[in-house]
Amino acid sequence: MAPWLVRTSSQLARRAASRLLSPSQHRRHRAPAPWILCSVPPVPRTSPAAGGGLREFCSVRGFTGESSAAAAATAEDGLAGGDLQELDFPGGKVSFVAEMNFLPESQRERINCYRVLDDDGRTVSGSKFQEVSKDMALKMYSEMVTLQIMDTIFYEAQRQGRISFYLTSHGEEAINIASAAALSMDDIVLPQYREPGVLLWRGFTLQEFANQCFGNSLDYGKGRQMPIHYGSNRLNYFTVSSPIATQLPHAVGAAYSLKMDKKEACAITYFGDGGTSEGDFHAALNFAAVMEAPVIFFCRNNGWAISTPTAEQFRSDGAVVRGLAYGMRSIRVDGNDALAVYSAVHTAREMAITEGRPILVEALTYRVGHHSTSDDSTKYRPVDEIEHWRTARDPISRYRKWVQGNGWWSDSDESELRNSVRHELLQAIQVAERMPKPPLTELFTDVYDEIPSNLREQERLLRDAIKKHPADYPADVHV
Amino acid sequence: MAARFLRELGSWRRAAAGIGRRRGFSEDTAAAVAARKEGGGGGGKAVNLFTAINQALHIALDSDPRSYVFGEDVGFGGVFRCTTGLADRFGRNRVFNTPLCEQGIAGFAVGLAAMGNRAIAEIQFADYIFPAFDQIVNEAAKFRYRSGNEFNCGGLTIRSPYGAVGHGGHYHSQSPEAFFCHVPGLKVVIPRSPREAKGLLLASIRDPNPVVFFEPKWLYRLAVEEIPEEDYMLPLSQAEVIRKGNDITLIGWGAQLAVLEQACEAAAKDGISCELIDLRTLIPWDKETVEASVSKTGKLLVSHEAPITGGFGAEIAASITERCFQRLEAPVARVCGLDTPFPLVYETFYMPTKNKVLDAIKATVNY
Repeated sequence: MAPWLVRTSSQLARRAASRLLSPSQHRRHRAPAPWILCSVPPVPRTSPAAGGGLREFCSVRGFTGESSAAAAATAEDGLAGGDLQELDFPGGKVSFVAEMNFLPESQRERINCYRVLDDDGRTVSGSKFQEVSKDMALKMYSEMVTLQIMDTIFYEAQRQGRISFYLTSHGEEAINIASAAALSMDDIVLPQYREPGVLLWRGFTLQEFANQCFGNSLDYGKGRQMPIHYGSNRLNYFTVSSPIATQLPHAVGAAYSLKMDKKEACAITYFGDGGTSEGDFHAALNFAAVMEAPVIFFCRNNGWAISTPTAEQFRSDGAVVRGLAYGMRSIRVDGNDALAVYSAVHTAREMAITEGRPILVEALTYRVGHHSTSDDSTKYRPVDEIEHWRTARDPISRYRKWVQGNGWWSDSDESELRNSVRHELLQAIQVAERMPKPPLTELFTDVYDEIPSNLREQERLLRDAIKKHPADYPADVHV
Repeated sequence: MAARFLRELGSWRRAAAGIGRRRGFSEDTAAAVAARKEGGGGGGKAVNLFTAINQALHIALDSDPRSYVFGEDVGFGGVFRCTTGLADRFGRNRVFNTPLCEQGIAGFAVGLAAMGNRAIAEIQFADYIFPAFDQIVNEAAKFRYRSGNEFNCGGLTIRSPYGAVGHGGHYHSQSPEAFFCHVPGLKVVIPRSPREAKGLLLASIRDPNPVVFFEPKWLYRLAVEEIPEEDYMLPLSQAEVIRKGNDITLIGWGAQLAVLEQACEAAAKDGISCELIDLRTLIPWDKETVEASVSKTGKLLVSHEAPITGGFGAEIAASITERCFQRLEAPVARVCGLDTPFPLVYETFYMPTKNKVLDAIKATVNY
């Protein structure tokens, strides 16, 4: 066995042992040991390995330019610089080196995080950000509050048994609203399910939200999907589907279409930290980079995929570092800082459209609510962790401090807004609840553009069954 | 991957001549079967099946500027040459290679189609369609329904070569159509010949629903037939009676039609008159044509290459038994692939060959 192989295995053993001995030490935070093992004697040019075999598909040249410096360095180690060469390989020239360097598993320091507002809602000195007008700033604030109240009231409605399911965006209001505010209405949104604020920003009314959650006859989805699966053609917001990350490749296709149509628009798709483990994530990022599609991949890294923490989701430094591997620009942003999210998405959008390229945005945040109404997150994470994020790191209060610091908002504005949103929501719920369910005929439409004969036959049989056993079926669906 | 398939393609060309014989009939007869005229439409130049597909793709791209053709290795013409010349004529923006990732191809295609384009995606072999299964089943098929028709991806067509080819082994031979026939919202179409392939592919591309279009790769070069050079479509969800008969109804699709036709010829020598139906579209399928035929003959045989258990033949047998129970004079016969993975050296043993079909015809008629 070559000496370096022995060293490798003993080094691996030492690393494994140190991991076992100090389990609390997160490997991501440790300065990575570069896998520089030892110098290897250069292979003579006449050897078969460096000979004809390689030359068949690439050209091998001597050093030029900056690589000659490397040659000089290796010469000091007693290696003959002239033996090293570079390779014309698809993608560009690759220099040969005499050292066997494994790339480290992570950077020495974690990728930093772009922020505009500090915890007290003051702009960080030296921070560069996209200016926001007073009107825009207030609209953003109002919608963040509206989203928060909507979540609270719908969550309660589910607890009272009035709707079957709900899922809040608590803690992620800045991501929802500020990212939406940075887009234009021509941009195509392909959401996961924790971004109703984007739809709210675009003009989906509280009544429309309520209609979907109650699955009534005015629900655009005709009562076919669980609550929170919103969608609107009018607002360029693709209908939510439950499977994780399946919308990411769609976003690439949609973005490619925009580019072919020479539209001044991009696609944006949202997903969580858990979603980055899905095959569709990798497929989409790779396709987008190769096809130079104007799409923004927006990762809401909220720390939790239902009960699975990010430490059990991936070993990379979050999602942001994946961009580089796919040849894509990326940025990490404070997801609880509305101005940072707004600025990052605004700039990402500009780059995506004008340069025809995908951008990856990773927003660091926290899922303050349970995963859904079917979940109790206190079973797998400490209550004080939730409380800390709910209070000390709340994106709405931080943004309010900035808005109020500008003299644009007052306590009376606040109570007026909250009262009117609450009133409008309760009204919307009452209306939605009284609205009839979609009629039975809609069970069979939209499977295809036209109803095929097998479905007509099944409808006839079903109607016979309903006639015979009317008590078996819900009374609120018109047959 | 391209290199691998090119190598295989080369050997398939050499092996093609032997396939017909291995399957129990001569190559000439297979071509003749495929060349059988169907009603309507004058003949044009004689072309093989991959050329017919290629013509359809040229027409699709030419007749709709919002149509796109893409998949692994399609840029240079595809490992089966179906996309030859398309990139040169229509440009790399509309005809392009994708990374080697079937779920990416399908997902990208769904998004492209949802923006009002005709997305014509190629999965290089039906054996490799499974990474795209979630995108096809959970996304494409439900896109219209789940949005209440706010959105649809009806412009999506996924083409994929399927079926036995003589030496394809586990992963270049499978017939996965039944998986997709279990999915409301999809259409599944399989042509039997060049003329059918061109007309059905154009209809599939223009159908406002997502279509999975399986092409019998065994026939790409083997089946040659005169086809109209112009743009034409053949109706979906319409079976075709391709041979009239009175004693028994035979149903199949794709390459298996050639085998069934051979069995019909052999049965005729024994005085048995077979009616042969090409189902053409598997879902939503044309029960009425099959029912009418079985009502006349009183006997039914279904045949496909895919494993018998859970195959689409089971669905046909059950549906026709429901509809024609009083008229049936024998159990519905199924002559299909075995319930094994598709085996390399045992291919001939695995396949629903002519004589297996012939024996089943006789057993059913004499029941």
